[in-house]
Amino acid sequence: MAEGWLQIAVFLAVLLALVKPVGTYMARVFTDQRVFLSPLVGPIERLAYRVLRVRPGEGQDWKAYARSLIVFSLLSWLGLYLILRTQGVQPFNPQGFHSAPWDLNFNTASSFVTNTNWQYYGGEATLTYFAQMAGLAVQNFVSAAVGVAVVVALIRGIVARSGGEIGNFWQDLVRVLLYILLPVSILSALFLVSQGVIQNLDHYTVIHTLSGGTQTLAQGPVASQEAIKELGTNGGGFFNVNSAHPFENPSGLTNFVELLLILVIPAGLTYTYGRMVGSQRQGWAIFAAMFVLFAGGVAIVYMAEQHGTPAQHAAGLHTHAFRGSTGGNMEGKEQRFGIAGSSLWTAVTTVTSCGAVNAAFESLSGLGGAVPFVNLGFSEVVFGGVGAGLYSMLLYVLLAVFIGGLMVGRTPEYLGKKIQAREIKLVSLGVLLTPLVVLLSSGIASASALGRRSLFAGVNPQGFSETLYAYLSQANNNGSAFAGYTGFVQPHAPGNVGAYGISFADILGGAVMLGARFAPILFVLAIAGALAGKKASPPGLGTMRTDNPTFVFLLVGVVILVGALTFFPALLLGPVVQSLTTRLF
Amino acid sequence: MRRDLLTGGIAVVVLTIVLGIIYPLAITGISQLVFPGRANGSKVSFDGRVVGSSLIGQDFGGRPAYFQSRPSATGYSGDVTYFSNLGPNSVEARDAVRRNLAAYLAREKPYDRGLSGQQVPVDAVTESASGVDPHISQANAWIQAHRIAVVRRLPLPRVDDLISAHTDGRFLGLLGEPGVNVLQLNIALEKEAPLR
Repeated sequence: MAEGWLQIAVFLAVLLALVKPVGTYMARVFTDQRVFLSPLVGPIERLAYRVLRVRPGEGQDWKAYARSLIVFSLLSWLGLYLILRTQGVQPFNPQGFHSAPWDLNFNTASSFVTNTNWQYYGGEATLTYFAQMAGLAVQNFVSAAVGVAVVVALIRGIVARSGGEIGNFWQDLVRVLLYILLPVSILSALFLVSQGVIQNLDHYTVIHTLSGGTQTLAQGPVASQEAIKELGTNGGGFFNVNSAHPFENPSGLTNFVELLLILVIPAGLTYTYGRMVGSQRQGWAIFAAMFVLFAGGVAIVYMAEQHGTPAQHAAGLHTHAFRGSTGGNMEGKEQRFGIAGSSLWTAVTTVTSCGAVNAAFESLSGLGGAVPFVNLGFSEVVFGGVGAGLYSMLLYVLLAVFIGGLMVGRTPEYLGKKIQAREIKLVSLGVLLTPLVVLLSSGIASASALGRRSLFAGVNPQGFSETLYAYLSQANNNGSAFAGYTGFVQPHAPGNVGAYGISFADILGGAVMLGARFAPILFVLAIAGALAGKKASPPGLGTMRTDNPTFVFLLVGVVILVGALTFFPALLLGPVVQSLTTRLF
Repeated sequence: MRRDLLTGGIAVVVLTIVLGIIYPLAITGISQLVFPGRANGSKVSFDGRVVGSSLIGQDFGGRPAYFQSRPSATGYSGDVTYFSNLGPNSVEARDAVRRNLAAYLAREKPYDRGLSGQQVPVDAVTESASGVDPHISQANAWIQAHRIAVVRRLPLPRVDDLISAHTDGRFLGLLGEPGVNVLQLNIALEKEAPLR
């Protein structure tokens, strides 16, 4: 296991080293300062404002900002739905795919506009290259940019000294795309191609194999999509098996780089935050709380997966490591990643709202599989989605400030601003809405015969885990899955001939994703607006500090407490049972 | 509101063209110029014809003259991929491992008398994630080497050398796990010791 721990340690060290440079760069982008890309991108940026008829620098209050965001997202949704419905007449369709049923398209459109990328569809067997490029990949970019815009608006609200303006949505959108997401995607896409990720528009290749069989190799513009899929914490794979597919993730090196792409923006944003509020310690405090929760999860998955599963032991298999074999639970894992690379990925993709996978979650051991549940139960505040993670964490910060204030008997203050009834009401709504949606939707799905049609494992703890995870993942806009759970039945694969959707799962899931993405965004923007109008007072002797280890401890405690109180009973029925028993069912 | 609709409408169209058409086509163009082999799937040839991709595993149908890939939920389908989704406590998972283990021993034991179930590495009897895992563990390859040496009439040390030559190690000795590329190893066998 020593090599495995070393890989994990190196990953964490490289991530840590990237936080400051990336965070500094992003802070300069969000505050309209010159960066090294300005000479190149500046003219394009100004052209974009002219085309979009945007006056840069024109501030919006939170309502105007929210209206622009919602209108843009709605139009994006319509555009994507239209693309998914019209596959039969599209260019770049060498396989002649037709459109999937409308309910599946509803789910997929909602999935990508909300940065979830839940996959009821199987990419390589159902989608045209056009739909992948112009539909899904475009939303990979813009849904991520929307998330970043929201957190930047919230930060502006926190630091504003007067007035109610929190920035300009269109300007934030353009700058995030042009200065951050697009340049990094171009570079990483080309790097991925150099390592073996495919990038072409060819017909699928029929191969006569060495031993005389035939094999059809799927092709496509994969690298350009893979880069932004990780960078934007989107996670919708070009292929059904996502980043486990060698054409998406061919080696230990690409695995490492893709993992960095997933975490670099969410981790860097904590530094950006410190810089924008004028105190790096505030940013590091949030980073520390996230890091503790993340590293604990990595260690648990790795140890659990290295142990193997009850099913494997019952079959007489020895799962310990020996010379030339990693041992451990290799069901649903790839040899080139091994146990360590798969475990690290499992933790990274569930603390962030990425949801791309390089191993089958449903085949994780009981305890290893419980970690993704817990990470999602923390409502994606541990690094979380691009932008979305930090704004959700800031809600918990305000909650921790409020609870801390109650404990010491003073009016809660954060960075000099009083946190009052209106803010705390909005924070509570923002914090509780997602868990509430999860419990209601998974409850309905478990209790109804319609919901059980999606089950793969049957009516047992594993089946319950599938259901709970499906709605946990969709509500938190993650997109990873216990993939037996399905909303799309394709009896004569591929090409969608005779395929039908399970409307209940498709529609409930789509509604869950939309509600649990945009309602919290509105609460966050409302908080930004409320804070922007407040006067800041200098900290006094009795002000509770929010940049020391005590506060980090309090913040971690609040995150765990809210998650545990909300989800413990539900977790008992699925992952906890599976972790504790060696019985088979 | 009308301004938002106008700007939003233009934004969706322009972004779809820039990010959805120009960006991927530009990446495709550059890739095809600079990395044509990689961009088109790292295809490998033998005897003048393409026999597969070095990144995509193949089914060797249990034929004794070839190293065998890992079990696959999809039968090594290259165009419809999915996981086995067998859970940690599932009876089906136990039965599948039991079946795979029995088949593995039945295939290898005649050539490696001392082989017991406890020595069989996990990757040899569990299904991979992609269903097209191109690699097997080194331990798995070393066991199969006994069979290959007999069937191909090669000295065992020579087979082990070929295994080493086709093992993809950790990047910088650090990242990933070593794996033996089954297709490339089998191609090397065909070159070195063709079946008649």
